[in-house]
Amino acid sequence: MRLIRTDEQRELAGSVRSFLADTAPMARVREVAESDEAFDRTVWDRMAGELGLAGLAVPEAYGGAGAGHGEVAVVMEELGAALTPSPYLASAVLAANVLLRAGDEGAAKDLLPGVASGATLATFAVPVQGDALPAASPAAGAASGGGHELRGTAARVLNGAEADLILVPADLPDGSRAVFAVDGSAAGVTRTPLATLDLTRPQARIGFAGTPARRITDSPEAVSAALDLSAVALAAGQLGVLRRCLDVIVEYAKLRVQFGRFVGSFQGVKHRLAEMHCVLEQAESVVRYAAWAADESPGELPVAAALAGSYLGRAAFGVAKDSLLLHGGIGFTWEHDAHLYYKRAKGDELLLGPPRAHRARLAERLGI
Amino acid sequence: MTDPDDHAASLEEYGRRVRAWLEEHASGLPADPGLDAARAFMAALYDAGYSGITWPAEYGGQGLGQPEERAFQQAARDFALPLGVFGIGLGMCGPTLLSIGTEEQKRRYVRPLLRGEEIWCQMFSEPGAGSDVASLQTRAVLDGDAWVVDGQKVWTSVARQADFGLLIARTDPGVPKHQGITMFVIDMHDPGVTVRPLRDMTGEAHFNEIFFDGVRVAPDQVVGEVNGGWSAAVTTLLHERVSIGMGAARTERPASFAALSDAARERGLLEDPAVREQLVDLYLQERAFDLLNARLSQEVRAGIQPGARGSVSKLLLADLTLRSADVASEILGPESVAHGAEEGSGKIARALSWGPGMALGGGTNEIMRNIIGDRVLGLPREPQVDRTVPFRDLKVGTQEKEAGR
Repeated sequence: MRLIRTDEQRELAGSVRSFLADTAPMARVREVAESDEAFDRTVWDRMAGELGLAGLAVPEAYGGAGAGHGEVAVVMEELGAALTPSPYLASAVLAANVLLRAGDEGAAKDLLPGVASGATLATFAVPVQGDALPAASPAAGAASGGGHELRGTAARVLNGAEADLILVPADLPDGSRAVFAVDGSAAGVTRTPLATLDLTRPQARIGFAGTPARRITDSPEAVSAALDLSAVALAAGQLGVLRRCLDVIVEYAKLRVQFGRFVGSFQGVKHRLAEMHCVLEQAESVVRYAAWAADESPGELPVAAALAGSYLGRAAFGVAKDSLLLHGGIGFTWEHDAHLYYKRAKGDELLLGPPRAHRARLAERLGI
Repeated sequence: MTDPDDHAASLEEYGRRVRAWLEEHASGLPADPGLDAARAFMAALYDAGYSGITWPAEYGGQGLGQPEERAFQQAARDFALPLGVFGIGLGMCGPTLLSIGTEEQKRRYVRPLLRGEEIWCQMFSEPGAGSDVASLQTRAVLDGDAWVVDGQKVWTSVARQADFGLLIARTDPGVPKHQGITMFVIDMHDPGVTVRPLRDMTGEAHFNEIFFDGVRVAPDQVVGEVNGGWSAAVTTLLHERVSIGMGAARTERPASFAALSDAARERGLLEDPAVREQLVDLYLQERAFDLLNARLSQEVRAGIQPGARGSVSKLLLADLTLRSADVASEILGPESVAHGAEEGSGKIARALSWGPGMALGGGTNEIMRNIIGDRVLGLPREPQVDRTVPFRDLKVGTQEKEAGR
């Protein structure tokens, strides 16, 4: 078990950090968040092209860099800390993991190279308990080539309005479920942007009306494994958010004076910051473990991923909330960044299902 | 230069020898075989070259490096070694003597300490000086050729078995509290030293109270400088916190997730969603704590020293200990606090009684949070009203109130 980063991972973190500091500083993050843009195209193109991050964990045979999920976690942590609006999570994590785990060699060959190069912006409509899925039926006519048609709605899809390639789970007539690939420009696709609490992660409702779709996998295990890998990556992003929120409030507590004292000298503040630091130390350990398991110990991944999902969602939101509160009134203003992190932490906490869903998976996998 | 491969190979060989020795001498040894057997084991361990592995050879250590020490610790993890009574000496008193003791003190005390011939204790806390140890009132007054010690210490482990102890005492009440303290080596067999077991809330006596009545101490028993005892004491206490937190993986956990989920399954309680929720909470807390300790150990091996982050471990262990006993009682219900004398019973009741000790010993949770805030996060310290006031003008402990003033 390895719980500390390799030298290469530290270097990767450093280069992603300085790239984001140059190209996506907080002022730019706010600009993009408050605009109609989902993300900064130039930044994404450079991330995918120059830095080769879009296909980081995609094998070289499919046009990727052949690195591991530990490296993906490094990138996610930096993106979380910088709060960058980026399709990285949707495309390079969620969709790439589904395509990698689906076991459909043809689909992987056709679709992964585009995802890995950044030419294709892909996303995956995460199935959340309680949401109805679109219905899939075999397409009529020889022209369909054995394909399917989708009807219905995917309720909330990350970067759904922008995606060129939509991977979406749907119900088959026999009651089973499969994941389909849909071209974003295909007939019958309608996309309605949603109002998201977290302005840095746009989502859309996607309607399908007889939309042609390609069946990718009908294996629940494949989807589950892809979601486990994505949960680990998301947890790393949450760790980045958590760490930044703590850093920022610690610095502020060293500067802000009330009652003639730095507020960080009051035990009422200091002890909460100490508790937040304890959460950070544990959260980092959980993320490092889960990232290690993702690459090196597949047998441990189901429990490790459910652990990371259960721990990080609550931890990051708790620290983001306390960080905002300890800022005092300024933390409640639009002008201050605290609310952006608070909202990101809440959005991420629910993105793959609420904490209770992660906890239920954890309980099941622990055999209780 | 040593070839790194050769070094790795010789380390491996070292680890194998340690394991072989331990298998021969420590297999089947109970963790608490009695004082004589523990001393005999310690002597054998020393004679085999495994006590004081990193300590300087000229004072009786082996003069080896951290890699050998870690190889030993790794091999020793699978054995229950009866070292508890020597822990304070090996972990705190010995290192203190090595860093600030005189040449004579090192030559006189270190080898017998390592061989288990002489047992050591540490006497810092007082009834009026708990979190604020520097406000201690035990005094040492120079009288001709000796210091005369009067006062009281408390929370002293192994004082009943100890031959020597490190004491900090007030030697100058006319200066601010941190500046008038001196560290001494005390002969625990001196007729002026009285040790009384202190029965704690578990019903047992894990600690002692010690009374000093005109104990004469020679000037060559001063450790470090006269009135310079505070900085040494601080270093000693930091050692303590790191070892309390990071040794946790090896201690028994009656209220662990594994033990409690088995117990819940046996009783058919896993159907109850409230029980499952509690078990998930406990798993998350326990696993996050264990992974943090594992990460800190890996960092130490990679050359990153934990420093004050040991306080994070200590604080989290205290909370885990209290919470797991609490969760256990919720899951197991009344049987956890009303039990017969059957084998294995009463574990949760003991854990409930022991829990507060973890949150108080080696620094209370509040002190740990101060340390994390001040030393890990670098937050501004609280204004201290007692830094510049001569000790004799300070309010200390609760004595003033108790005297009705």
